[in-house]
Amino acid sequence: MTLPRQIITGFSYLTLLILALLFIAPIVLMLIGSLKPEARVLVETGSLNAFIPADVDLRNYRDVFARVEFGRYLFNSVLITGMVVIGGLVVNSLAGYAFARLAWRGRRILFALVLAILILPLEAIAVPLFYQVTLFGWRDTYLVQILPFIANAFSIYLFYTFFLGLPKELEEAARLDGAGVFRTFMFVIVPNSRPVFATVAILSFLIQWGVFIWPLMVTSSEAVRPLPLAIATFYTLPPLQWGDIFAFGVMMVLPILLVFLFFQRWFVRGVVSTGIKG
Amino acid sequence: MPHRPFISAGTLFALPALTGLLIFVVIPFLLAIGLSLTNLRLGSPLPLEFVGLTQFLRLFEDGVFARALVNNILFTVVVVPVQTILALGLALLLNQPLKGQTLFRTLFFLPVVFPLALVSVVWILIYAPGPDGMLNSFLHLFTLGHWQARDFLHDPWLALPAIMLTSIWQGTGFQMVILLAGLQSIPEELYEAARLDGAGRWQRFWHVTLPQLRNTLVFVMLVTTILAFRLFEQVQIMTRGGPNHATTTVMYEAVQAAFSRQQVAKGAAISVIFFLLVLLITFLQRHFARQERL
Repeated sequence: MTLPRQIITGFSYLTLLILALLFIAPIVLMLIGSLKPEARVLVETGSLNAFIPADVDLRNYRDVFARVEFGRYLFNSVLITGMVVIGGLVVNSLAGYAFARLAWRGRRILFALVLAILILPLEAIAVPLFYQVTLFGWRDTYLVQILPFIANAFSIYLFYTFFLGLPKELEEAARLDGAGVFRTFMFVIVPNSRPVFATVAILSFLIQWGVFIWPLMVTSSEAVRPLPLAIATFYTLPPLQWGDIFAFGVMMVLPILLVFLFFQRWFVRGVVSTGIKG
Repeated sequence: MPHRPFISAGTLFALPALTGLLIFVVIPFLLAIGLSLTNLRLGSPLPLEFVGLTQFLRLFEDGVFARALVNNILFTVVVVPVQTILALGLALLLNQPLKGQTLFRTLFFLPVVFPLALVSVVWILIYAPGPDGMLNSFLHLFTLGHWQARDFLHDPWLALPAIMLTSIWQGTGFQMVILLAGLQSIPEELYEAARLDGAGRWQRFWHVTLPQLRNTLVFVMLVTTILAFRLFEQVQIMTRGGPNHATTTVMYEAVQAAFSRQQVAKGAAISVIFFLLVLLITFLQRHFARQERL
């Protein structure tokens, strides 16, 4: 027995709609709550009013700036994420290219090492790394939040697989024109590899914007802490004002949300490429 | 005649990244093994000593660490299947020619871009105790008034499930997008052939979709399992491992030891166990996924 097409379509829409409402409820709660006077936020969470704007104003947003140095945290997050993303693109693309297209001693064994590191999550080395940077005297700096995360085995792997698939003729033509290895990479390979650069940039942006464990361990002064730590601290800062917390949340998620909406196609492709390896 | 350069371009290109990996991954990893065999504690007056496997033996006698392991396993056993089935269901629904497909995909993926720290804080309000709390009111409505208001995050039986629900909300979209891509790469001819053989919707799912999706499914479950073992933010922010260690995790204990109590050696020993777990999970994945693609 087969069900008629319309019934299946109708059922699909209904299921999707209900699930979509459940999925966006927490986000809508945050957005609407951030625009409401504090007195209404807590009272209305138990009713549908939590999702309906009322007495909209931006006071909570002003409160955030009055209570903490939001601009400072935003600057820290932008600086740390930006440096990790840009530094990572440069360093890992060069390494990926060396492994995919250049002949040099030790290439095979070092690539095996990169593959072995691929499965090692940062969390497994956080404690010894913490000890190591303590010895270096690097705690409480930007450097300690940037430098360890620039070289990344997974990014190298993504670049490697992409460069493997590029046609060899690209390089041969450049060589005939007399370009050296670096010029060939810079002016022939890079312009033909936008998809992989976009994928790696977006993936590392997504991960870096949310980092929590590492800065929690290695920083103690507010001056260098990024947004995810700041919101956790802001939540514990009396008086407990949910409107302010939500306003903080909206502002902290806005940059990544904009990047996501503008580059959605790349974003999805970036996430999917993490799944390419079967 | 071209002269042979002192150092080849390949070495030069790979050098910065390899140096970074050496200093910030390989050395710390070896350091973890080394430190786990000592008694190192920052600021301790005791001299540094080699203590063999004492740290590991102590960990396994330590009830709290055992509880952390059990919690991670419980979390994995619930979250991985539930999240995978939910994500697969969504991916199947979205793999039909529906209007608004992109919009739905965007909505389900949205939580993925939210930093876990923010997610944790927002869900504290959702779990607010008392009959006016959001989830409490929702359940009250849903059960037609039979639900008694609970304090989810301070209830020894509900705190871990509450963290599970939050994690599923945040993680499903990620799996869904990967599974959707997997579904779209299944050749249409296979479905045509099945249809010609008279296979119904259910049979096509069972005999075409699932076998074709096998490697993607295994991969997605591997990633979710590893993420489940690194569970930390939700615990740190929502419950601090409580009530009475009901929500503590391996990672939470590692950070507590190394960072709050300065017991670097103990933290290192936990890291080594963590790494062995990840290795085990990866081997299991290799075993279950046929190596058709690299």
